[in-house]
Amino acid sequence: MKNIILCGIGGQGTVLASKLIASAAMSKGIPVMSAETIGMAQRGGNVFSNLRMGEGIHSPMIPKGQADIIIGFEPGETVRMVDYLKSGGTIVTNRRAIMPTTATLSGFHYDGDEMIDYLKRLDVNLIVVDGDEALKELGSSKVLNIVLLGAAIRSGVLGLSEEDVIKSMESLVKPQFMELNKKAIYYI
Amino acid sequence: MHEEFMMGNQAIAMGAIAAGVNLVAGYPGTPSSEVLETVAKNRPDGCYVEWSVNEKSAMEVAAGAAYTGARALVTMKQVGLNVASDPLMSLEYIGVKGGMVVLVADDPGPISSQTEQDTRTFAMYSKLPCFDPTSVAEAYQMIIDAFDYSEKYNTPVFLRPTTRVCHAYQSISIKDESEYYVNSIEGFVKDSKRWVIFPKLSNLNHRLIEERNDTLSTVFSKYELNTIDNADSSNSRAIAASGICYSYVCDVLEEIEGEKPAVLKVATPFPFPYDLSGDFLVNHSDVLCFEELDPVIERALNYQCGQEGINCNVRGKFTNDSIRSGEYNIDLVRDRIYDYLGIERYETTRADKPELPVRPPVLCAGCPHRASFYAVKQAMKGSKTIYCGDIGCYTLGNAMPLDMVDTCLCMGAGLGIAQGVNHIEPDTKCFAFVGDSTFFASAITGVVNAVYNQADMTLIVLDNSTTAMTGHQPHPGTGRTMMGDVVNKISIEAVLKGIGVETVREVDPLDYELAVKTVKEVADEPGVKAIIFKSPCIAIVKPNEPYNICSGECISCKKCINEIGCPAIYLDNGKVTIDESLCTGCGLCSKLCPVKAIRRAGEGS
Repeated sequence: MKNIILCGIGGQGTVLASKLIASAAMSKGIPVMSAETIGMAQRGGNVFSNLRMGEGIHSPMIPKGQADIIIGFEPGETVRMVDYLKSGGTIVTNRRAIMPTTATLSGFHYDGDEMIDYLKRLDVNLIVVDGDEALKELGSSKVLNIVLLGAAIRSGVLGLSEEDVIKSMESLVKPQFMELNKKAIYYI
Repeated sequence: MHEEFMMGNQAIAMGAIAAGVNLVAGYPGTPSSEVLETVAKNRPDGCYVEWSVNEKSAMEVAAGAAYTGARALVTMKQVGLNVASDPLMSLEYIGVKGGMVVLVADDPGPISSQTEQDTRTFAMYSKLPCFDPTSVAEAYQMIIDAFDYSEKYNTPVFLRPTTRVCHAYQSISIKDESEYYVNSIEGFVKDSKRWVIFPKLSNLNHRLIEERNDTLSTVFSKYELNTIDNADSSNSRAIAASGICYSYVCDVLEEIEGEKPAVLKVATPFPFPYDLSGDFLVNHSDVLCFEELDPVIERALNYQCGQEGINCNVRGKFTNDSIRSGEYNIDLVRDRIYDYLGIERYETTRADKPELPVRPPVLCAGCPHRASFYAVKQAMKGSKTIYCGDIGCYTLGNAMPLDMVDTCLCMGAGLGIAQGVNHIEPDTKCFAFVGDSTFFASAITGVVNAVYNQADMTLIVLDNSTTAMTGHQPHPGTGRTMMGDVVNKISIEAVLKGIGVETVREVDPLDYELAVKTVKEVADEPGVKAIIFKSPCIAIVKPNEPYNICSGECISCKKCINEIGCPAIYLDNGKVTIDESLCTGCGLCSKLCPVKAIRRAGEGS
């Protein structure tokens, strides 16, 4: 059984990344369940996908302390989900913090580096991705999800290869974006 | 059969198609909307699909189809059922000929709704049989079964999934096209003794409905999805559960070593399967219930213990053994089960987390509603006002710094509330804000009421040419139907004029100066008057070129941040910055910058 959490902010592309993993697992004959945030919360709110693969799973929601990996698109959102990660689990997180509008208004200080420092102190295998750097080099602001997914694959926790995911891209990604996405998945 | 990975709502839709559904009508509402959309996308020949103008219309359209012998599905969220309850309460007394399933998605939490009402309780009240799936796979099977029961017993039946079933994905087995049921439709047969509701007919049918539900209680005790797991467990403590809670219970029991307790799963909360539950109760000293929203199972089991003199301690919401409101989750269920079975809980939280930012939902960057609210706010500065909001994305106009929603109750209510306040406080400038889809769904009668009863108020229609909050469904003003036809758009302006609203002004809210001027002029007129702020939702049009802040010219007054709260504008180390990936180029911020430092690349100062 594998429990995977993807989290970030509405619009960052967590849902597509989750679908790509699910589709790749299914093509290997692994049963999959998932759940995600839909509706009002998507409007700039924090969003998550729960993805569960393997036999003997009844509900799509991952219990606390049982996720094998968290793929975080924003460091504060990664920290928000750490209770779900099992001891010794893996975290792949983007470095760049995104300020919520309300924090900008209220003057609430929020520091992305502080989040990363906290994650470093945990009993986890931490992989920090400089998403900004990657996107600059790839020349597109739209493939953060694929870059992070690539890093997660490289960690070995997903039990999937880049080729498995590229195969599932063929039905879920528009043909004109295939080349870019292939580059993105091998970036890290 | 073949395997597919699909969302709960998609599974329900594909199940309806496999059951030979002939007509689907509904009104969008989270978490139900994807059901109708999936049927429309996979629509077999001869199947008719529509987004109706509201849930009441949808219910009546589906009833008409079922009167002919067609199989009909009507879809809505739980608060939509309130709108549709008038036809449904009577329809139960009349009955149907073709199978009719009323799909109502409940929303524990609530996550995106006004209430935590429970459709299982509504089932008891309206006397309709109700099916309650625990998973995506079960939802698929249940809608097929629901059509069969509906047709066999000539009654509409409820299927009531909750958010975590509607929006969960699962790889499930579904039927191939060759296995689909094909319904032969007899057609409507005139018979006024059957189809025309009169007190005498209602009295006669009421008795038959009660008898039928007694029969169904017995039949449902043998329904394959009402089950007892671990029935021969020697533990005198047992569990009863329904919906997603049952799946949480199963996951928790997988963790437990040794003998597992017996679990009663209630798939048909009404009529309650008393034969099955009676056998279960007599064999146990305690039963702990896990169900979201109302204590339906707990109440039924308690009732049965009293009625049949069974000595079993039924525990749940009434006994504070589980929470009485809000969504359940697997961690909560696990802790309660561990306590109940005397197993030590384990710690799952990590201590000393740094403080995290709160991220409430906000209007998108570039959302035209922001400009509309801001224009009204500026125009009415210094006046005594009330801003009555409504249901849709624009409810988010309540957030700071806009703070432009003083009330919000239910679809269309803003109009009535504005009138009520106006009659008591004639010196308050009363505004009602309503979106275009909500206008057609439930605001028109409110306008008629205002004009007829001589209210003094301003209606603001926020027309973004779509039903944005629920995923951009078409509506009567868009000129597109779910059958793919392009039809005449119904003009909001013409409707208002037809009702007798003499002043109806249409303005682009992004034309800031004109928008403010229009609001000032219109609000000063007596009687009922309307402004239609027309600008498309940013999600359905291509964005314009983004704006930038000329850092040499910005005086860091932060007016752009403090006045409109656009998520694309933020402080980067104290410097006001625009996130170009979010900015849609609406230009609202550029209009209120006191030093004109917000411009597009290449634009001069």
